[in-house]
Amino acid sequence: MKLFGKVAVSALALGLVAGTASAQTTLRMTWYSDGNEGEVLRDLLDRFEEANPDIDVIVDNVAYQAGIIEGLPVQLAAGEGPDMARVTDLGGLAQYYLDMTPYLQDPIYWEDNFGPFLPWLRAPGDELAINGFMTQLSVTGPFVNKTLFEQAGVDLPGEGATWDDWAAAANEVASALEVPIPLAMDRSGHRFSGPAISMGAQYFDADGNPAVIDDGFRAMAERIVQWHQDGTMPLELWGSVSGSTYVGANEDFANAQVVMYMTGSWQISQFSDTIGDAFDWWAVPNPCGPGGCTGMPGGAALVALADTEHPEEVTRVMEYLASEEVLAEFYGRTLFVPGHLGLSRTGVEFDTDNPLAQHALETFSIGVATFSPVSFQLQGYPFNRVMFNAIISRLGQAIVGEMSLDEAYQRIEQDIEQQIAERTR
Amino acid sequence: MASVVRFLTRRRGGSGWHWTDMAAYAYLGLGVLLMFGPVAWLVLSSFKTQAALLEFPPTFLPLSQVEVTVEGYDEPLPLFSVTDEDGTVRELAQIRRVGIIAQMVDPADPETRIEVPIAQREPVREFALATENYTKPLEQFDFLRYLRNSVIVTTVATAITLIINSMAAYGLSIYEFKGRTVALGFVISTLMIPITVILVPTYLVVTELGMVNSLWGVILPGAATPTGVFLLRQYMLTIPRELIEAARMDKASEWQIYWRIVMPLSLPALAVLAIFSVMWRWNEFLWPLVVLARSEVYTLQVGLNAFQGELQVQWHFVLAMTVVTLLPVVVVFAFLQRFITTGIANTGMK
Amino acid sequence: MVDQTLDTPATLKSRAAEWAALPVRGVMRLLDWPMRLAQRIVGLGGMPYVFLLPNLIFFGTFVITPLIINFAFSLTGGPELFIEDRPFVGGEQYGFLFDCENALNVSTCREDRFWRGIYNTGTFVFFQVSLMILFSLITALVLNMKIRARGFFRSVFFFPVLLSPVVVALIWKWILLRDGLLNAFLTSIGLEKILFFVDPTWAMFWAVFVSIWAHMGFYTLIILAGLQAIPQDLYEAAQMDGTPRMRVFWRITLPLLWPNLLVVLVLSLIKGVQTFDEVYVLTGGGPGTATQFIVQYIYNTGFSNQVQNFGLAAAASMVLGTVLLVLTVIQLVVARRKGGI
Repeated sequence: MKLFGKVAVSALALGLVAGTASAQTTLRMTWYSDGNEGEVLRDLLDRFEEANPDIDVIVDNVAYQAGIIEGLPVQLAAGEGPDMARVTDLGGLAQYYLDMTPYLQDPIYWEDNFGPFLPWLRAPGDELAINGFMTQLSVTGPFVNKTLFEQAGVDLPGEGATWDDWAAAANEVASALEVPIPLAMDRSGHRFSGPAISMGAQYFDADGNPAVIDDGFRAMAERIVQWHQDGTMPLELWGSVSGSTYVGANEDFANAQVVMYMTGSWQISQFSDTIGDAFDWWAVPNPCGPGGCTGMPGGAALVALADTEHPEEVTRVMEYLASEEVLAEFYGRTLFVPGHLGLSRTGVEFDTDNPLAQHALETFSIGVATFSPVSFQLQGYPFNRVMFNAIISRLGQAIVGEMSLDEAYQRIEQDIEQQIAERTR
Repeated sequence: MASVVRFLTRRRGGSGWHWTDMAAYAYLGLGVLLMFGPVAWLVLSSFKTQAALLEFPPTFLPLSQVEVTVEGYDEPLPLFSVTDEDGTVRELAQIRRVGIIAQMVDPADPETRIEVPIAQREPVREFALATENYTKPLEQFDFLRYLRNSVIVTTVATAITLIINSMAAYGLSIYEFKGRTVALGFVISTLMIPITVILVPTYLVVTELGMVNSLWGVILPGAATPTGVFLLRQYMLTIPRELIEAARMDKASEWQIYWRIVMPLSLPALAVLAIFSVMWRWNEFLWPLVVLARSEVYTLQVGLNAFQGELQVQWHFVLAMTVVTLLPVVVVFAFLQRFITTGIANTGMK
Repeated sequence: MVDQTLDTPATLKSRAAEWAALPVRGVMRLLDWPMRLAQRIVGLGGMPYVFLLPNLIFFGTFVITPLIINFAFSLTGGPELFIEDRPFVGGEQYGFLFDCENALNVSTCREDRFWRGIYNTGTFVFFQVSLMILFSLITALVLNMKIRARGFFRSVFFFPVLLSPVVVALIWKWILLRDGLLNAFLTSIGLEKILFFVDPTWAMFWAVFVSIWAHMGFYTLIILAGLQAIPQDLYEAAQMDGTPRMRVFWRITLPLLWPNLLVVLVLSLIKGVQTFDEVYVLTGGGPGTATQFIVQYIYNTGFSNQVQNFGLAAAASMVLGTVLLVLTVIQLVVARRKGGI
């Protein structure tokens, strides 16, 4: 009975969408969630399946570290990957992506709306492929606990304030109110790179080859080490784990233990839940330096994978999810900064009545437009993960005193050189 | 040290209370606190809301703020206890907070607004279990299917492990044969290789065998456990040889000796291995996660760990789901507790 | 002194039979005929090999083959997964690991993390194994006393053995965080908060503590079994001779316990070197690299870094395998001499 029903429905669908598919196709999508995006995606896909009974999309929800970072690359390399996946190592996995261009109904729409982000997904040398879209544009930048500033009677540093100004202000607030952590920054090479570029770091030489260590980079690295020594930054984040392990300060910030927290736009949804209205968590523009006032762009993309047996159907799903209306709902409900130029221009109606969240979304959306070109070059570089890993793991060792900063610089350069050589062997 | 040794070696059966008894009970009491306390804390924490989990100092019981309906306001308002400068304490509902000033209202007198510095208010709270930590993920995921997969993996793998390991242990303990030392060394040396370090090559083998995304890919690779062979062999060495010789006289086949004589006599050791195998399989995470990439074959550990995102761990779900995966273990243990501990004690490897 | 909680072999057997033997019996019957046939073909002398065969097939497929592939990996480079796509680099990966001016000073090594991993593992194993044996022994001695509710206490100490390493680490991490239960306790008695995961010594202490917490129950039971097997009349005789209790412990208890202690030593040493997930989840290997162990180094290099380097990880795991093999051989020789295993 059930089977008959399904057959009947697909037959009906056949009549409607003449000749696109003969039987039901099952597609697999590997997905991870930081917040509610998995639920929203399922909602949207349910609607798609209703309208397209010939396609069935199964979402495999995995843990990020184990599923996306560790498992997926090996599965892809072995030819056992899914049809679509949500990834963050955008350029690193480029060899496995499907170029959807031949199947897309309207490639111009993709070029127009995802233009700046498409190169992030392309393999080196490729300038045309359309592989996917950003489920989330993440923008790094600081939040401050404005309520603490008010309680301490310290004014927020104004436009053009440098990292030193902010560190001084945060310290003033912290000592006035006995808050344990003046300044926190996620333990991540990606997070560090925004401030470093603000200080003038170039990351690449004139030919586009990696040249990470320069005066700008040193300026920020020295500050970071100094801040850990004088107690401006807490050792628990950068000093507590090894390697490239990520650590955030969400809990401490939500608990009003942190004056200023350098993180990014993806926190908005969680802060709305955990902090709500308990204090003013206030997104502020990135502090400035000789290199500008920049954070890092980044984010997660949903990509189509080349191993799929159903490229046409995959493209249909991707087209649906990337369509302006659907994407507007997705960004709106997840409180993600849109990675869609049309939506960035017209604005997305975010599903929150928290004025703090509204303000933060606005601040990040405006901020990304002022980012340094170096930050975009770095984000688009396929081996940027090599750099981020080397930076964070070596700086971490320098902070706890396992090596000097000069040694750390040397090892960062060696690590990057050795690992890129290994990848391109 | 000397006194410890003294009370520990004193003759048992002495009458009356001795200070060593006190010391022993103190040690055991501390043990109970140390062993059960952390788990109890996990369970209590798993019933707290996401916001309550982040509080310091943590509250002992899961609490949530009391909300009251005040005339003239559509939404229920959170209730605070406010201490005035003169020390009087009032219970007020908060309308909103502007900067460091809270606008509050007395539920008995909804007309008047009162402005209170936020440092003077404390939330009024009551005991409440955040059961949504459990219900939400369990609704969202195909819990029963994951449970079924976990049960299949655990039982089938344990059965295979018991049979092939006991056969190998039998072969290594009952017979004297050429290459016995080599085979034994072989087994023991593989005891030393953790799967974590040969994960990628093992994945390649499983891929070649076409077992990716199949429960067999999880069941088979760990079936031949060196620890199991080692444990069983040590136990089987204690079985009197005369029994086996007698059976051979009676023209019993080797297979019959194995499963009618040696197996029943090794039951305590087999039980121990069974328990360990169940625990290993039930708790296995990394390997299934790599092999099983499709949600219909997910085991509980894989499925319920999807709450760990890139940048944020949803602690309230993680803790609740940890408790869920813990439950079957606790139930099994509660029923078989005596059997398990005496079973291990009886394997007494000599 | 009949132990109330100890089941007699008969009841134990019947209860076990209920749930264990039922499904097994059918399979055994099914296998009866082919095994008789096998015995007729290979004879009695060939039977041990027949019994070993299934296990060897599994070992061969899922342990030995991967080990061989692993060795091949260690001689190749590049990001590809399939051996045939990977360029041969000879001993380059090993050379990279051993590129040291002075192996005792890790910072002169090109890949200092590998060496730090080895030394950290050594420190951890030394403290973990010796303290594990000490506390298991004390606990077993206490549990062997005439105490009430012995069965209950025995299960209390055994209970954590059943938890998965990840759960164990999560539980303790939850307690030891800056805003965790332990710091709440410390502040409530007027002390300062301690940031346990920021100090290398504290981090190592808790790594050792938590792993002892999780595994002690198992070793305690093994020792307890040994204690219960020591004949009571030996103690009574010593008592009558008025032998000092210290002497009784050193002269009777410890020597008779030796085989059990040896098993505990062997198993805990092996498990100690392999320690990974519980410490990884607990401390993340930090601070700096203070609790980054060798298995974690291999795991990070070959798998969990977003830049997976299969060749280097394979080389490191071959080195680890060699070290472990040497350790095992030493243990087996010692055990044989002492008449243990």
